[in-house]
Amino acid sequence: MQAFEYAKPATLKEAFGLLGAQWGEADLLAGGTDLLSLMKDYIHKPKRVVSLTGVKELKGIKSSSDGLHIGAMVTLEELLGNAQVRKEYLSLVQAARGVTSPQIRAMGTVGGDLCQRPRCWYFRNGFGLLAREGDGKELVPNGENRYHAILGNSGPAKFVSASSLGPALIALGAKLTIASGSGNRNVDADKFFLTPNDPASREVDLKPNEILTEIVVPPAAGTKNATYEVRQKEALDWPLATASVALKTSGSTVSSAKVVLGHVAPTPWNSAEAAQALVGKPLNESTAKAAAEAALAGATPLSQNRYKIQLAKVAVKRALLAAAGKA
Amino acid sequence: MPSKYDWPAAEKRSLIGKRINRLDGLAKSTGRAKYSYDTNRPGGLTAKLLTSPYAHARVTKIDTGEAERLAGVRAIRVMSPVGTEVQWQGYEIAAVAADTEEIARDAVRKIQVEYEVLPHLVKEEDLSKAGNRTKPSGENTQGNPDQGFSQADVIHEGFYGANVITHCCLEPHGQVAEWDGDNCTVYASTQAVGSIGRELGKVLAADPATANVKPSNVRVITQYMGGGFGSKFSPDRWGIVCAQLARQAGKPVKLMLDRDQELLMAGARPSHFAKVKVGAKKDGTLVAWESESWTTGGMSGAGAAPIPYVIEIPNRKTRNIAVSTNTGPARAWRAPNHPQAAVLTMCPLTDLAAKLNMDPLELFLKNVSLSPRGDVYRAELLKAAELMDWKAKYHAPGKGGNGYLKRGVGLSIHTWGGRGHDSECRLIINPDGSVQAQLGSQDLGTGTRTVIGIVAAETLGLPLSGVQVQIGDSNYPPSGGSGGSTTVGGVSASTRRASVKALDKLLEAVAPGMGTTADKLVAVDGRIQVQGDPSKSLTWKAACAKLGTKAISETGRQPARDEGNLGDSGVGGAQMAEVEVDTETGIVTMRKMVAVQDCGLIIDLKTAESQCYGACIMGIGSALYEEKIYDQQTGRMLNADMEFYKLGGIGDVGEIVVHMMTRDYDQRGVIGLGEPPVISPPAAISNAVFNALGVRIPTIPITPDKVLAALEKGGMA
Repeated sequence: MQAFEYAKPATLKEAFGLLGAQWGEADLLAGGTDLLSLMKDYIHKPKRVVSLTGVKELKGIKSSSDGLHIGAMVTLEELLGNAQVRKEYLSLVQAARGVTSPQIRAMGTVGGDLCQRPRCWYFRNGFGLLAREGDGKELVPNGENRYHAILGNSGPAKFVSASSLGPALIALGAKLTIASGSGNRNVDADKFFLTPNDPASREVDLKPNEILTEIVVPPAAGTKNATYEVRQKEALDWPLATASVALKTSGSTVSSAKVVLGHVAPTPWNSAEAAQALVGKPLNESTAKAAAEAALAGATPLSQNRYKIQLAKVAVKRALLAAAGKA
Repeated sequence: MPSKYDWPAAEKRSLIGKRINRLDGLAKSTGRAKYSYDTNRPGGLTAKLLTSPYAHARVTKIDTGEAERLAGVRAIRVMSPVGTEVQWQGYEIAAVAADTEEIARDAVRKIQVEYEVLPHLVKEEDLSKAGNRTKPSGENTQGNPDQGFSQADVIHEGFYGANVITHCCLEPHGQVAEWDGDNCTVYASTQAVGSIGRELGKVLAADPATANVKPSNVRVITQYMGGGFGSKFSPDRWGIVCAQLARQAGKPVKLMLDRDQELLMAGARPSHFAKVKVGAKKDGTLVAWESESWTTGGMSGAGAAPIPYVIEIPNRKTRNIAVSTNTGPARAWRAPNHPQAAVLTMCPLTDLAAKLNMDPLELFLKNVSLSPRGDVYRAELLKAAELMDWKAKYHAPGKGGNGYLKRGVGLSIHTWGGRGHDSECRLIINPDGSVQAQLGSQDLGTGTRTVIGIVAAETLGLPLSGVQVQIGDSNYPPSGGSGGSTTVGGVSASTRRASVKALDKLLEAVAPGMGTTADKLVAVDGRIQVQGDPSKSLTWKAACAKLGTKAISETGRQPARDEGNLGDSGVGGAQMAEVEVDTETGIVTMRKMVAVQDCGLIIDLKTAESQCYGACIMGIGSALYEEKIYDQQTGRMLNADMEFYKLGGIGDVGEIVVHMMTRDYDQRGVIGLGEPPVISPPAAISNAVFNALGVRIPTIPITPDKVLAALEKGGMA
């Protein structure tokens, strides 16, 4: 990797002073499960690495009237160990358990999961975020795209968001706190993920001088939620498609629904169509299937990944039935 | 004719055939065992390779100037000078040795190379796109295929295949090289301590900088190694450059491949695809076979797999085509060509059974007489069926349940040689009672060290702890490389003979003092005693003390005419797999594998079973997950990592039941085992998926995309 300066601030304020105005000047180090690999492969070449491990403000999970406040540096294991999370946010538990490496769960953080770079193998092999050859030719459409996007892929970005927790947090209506030297701003989890149009952009709404500090998950208040991941292996493996859902019911009918898919698009994919298909209806196998069909109706598969449409439908259906306690 | 070297009779064995823990288990599990990767010599340097990013290119310029000027760089070697035509991504261009790994990596990046990029081919499954990269590679006709097919009542035709996978050794290839004058010691991760030193020495002798080096000057040490599977028999270009860098720098140099390099260039198992036509009589008797196959093992193509496999269908015609691709070259992969042959044979035979409305077990039982060891296969298939509960679990293809989860069972059989290789053992009995067995062999993790100890201890009437096994050093008496499942047969025979001879010497030495003759003495339970009279005995230690100051040192050899027949060649095995397929996602889950295997006399039942467990796990990985994925646009391997080059974990392998055929098989002596049990899993698993679904997934790995496509094609989605 390229030589870099290492900084370990003790406070957020100190950390802000260490960040750059441009990407490439400084990278944040959270759990370190991916950044070091990116640096070894010269995909990231930061001049400075700012470790957040010493910043106390980013740690811990607190419950308050507006919901659960999860520090960005909370590890996946800490998240899984939290009693309230286990009781009320099944979808988060299932998503975190989907990271099937105990080592990564022990080191990896909630903030790191949300901000991680895509796993697109062209990107990781040095062809840039948008997977182009030197002459600008896009490699994904005619290349090895079995794991690439089937939704939201009409632009140059064909990778899939790798975040495990993103879909669950969006479905639960979480808000993210993003801080910089000039103050805090709040972003809906749904708005945090972006589809870049140029290779220098990022996949999340974060500027080089900002830090994701906290995730606030609104009170579950009876919201039924679940995540289902379609994965080939039990051992460490990326899911092929996932879905996180959150439902409110009134009597036996669904009064509101969020259906968010993962690993199918450059961002977590919040399907209004699936939600619409559910509202006002009872949740059962048939309505779950209808929601799945609605979620994937607009899919635009690439040459090798049409099978992911079916997998994504299954993820939606099974997540819905799990949330309803019918799986 | 009986010989004193023969293996002891079953009732007299105290160690042989028992379940015995491996001698180095504790050292390995606690991290005390030092592998080549762990070897750090005083003052040692680290070397890294610069490799080609292109699949096919010519080197037009190479400038090491900037790298040489980097502080801490001690030696640089250009391995592919200007003009070199590079034929695969990962090909070695240059190597740098530096004070630290970090400096070596930085220096590698400072070497400036320019390439003229040339056209490449990196994919071969679709033969129509291979252009001029194909050439005939074997054609064979036996009997009269046309006549055979005309006699067939049922004919099945289909396409089958297995893609290229890698060895994925846990410890990558590499070594530490250290010079002392013109003597070079190499701490190598190798399957052949006895030969790679000489090979390396020959290359060094041809280099002006090391012209004084003789092949015998290179010593190779391998105490522990993290897997080879057939890929670690050569000193390799990186081994040669490592020794050259060490010479040039005047310091020890460590050069181990990075994981991506390991996956790119240090070993690939050739693909094998085939269009198969096979015919049978109504009663299932196989009468004719015809296949057109193709395969790649990199630029040199690859040889034809032995199809039809095991079952020698009387009328057959095979034609194979080798495809040259710009991919890392093939190396022997655990039972070279046999796993592919099993897929290309056992899958079409199972499909043919379906067409005949026959249980494939019946079809195989009917036809194993067409193999050289029909009775063995019959016994093994029946045993496997019992352990799998085949009769209860088997159902017509596609009748695997009413829900979306479908169960199915499948089977395969396999064969291997495994005759013991040439081996010498020096057995030393010291006056203090200590015993050393010395062989220039190596333990790949198979249990070689333990097997040698068991044979020596059994022969000398000692506990296993009474023998020190000294291997993994080319200074010990020569023993063959560990390939072809030849090691256990070789080292057990040479150790047995050396131990018998050394014991004879000891008995001769102590007999007069015990008032008897050597032929009346036996070694048992740590004592030397008069046969049939335990009251007249000496402890082992007391007996050895009679040697005075002179140790006994005896050599045993394999092969050795007139010194007993201690081994044989030719084993069989039958395996059955049970899977569950999620028809909504196409994901295959292993429920159970049954591996029934014969290998003659088993020295250590535990490590033998362990070979079968490991082979099943490795086989499951290749059946469901593993694949070298290349991009034809860029010529790059896209999954040269452990993230998308997928291996199964313990949660993915299901229940594994191993049954070793013993007793009646013992009289054949020792036969190798490492390879045969890895042959059948992909075929058995593919057949189980077919049984569950009623549609064939033609190629391995059986990934969800292929399963869903096959279900859709079969009108079952």
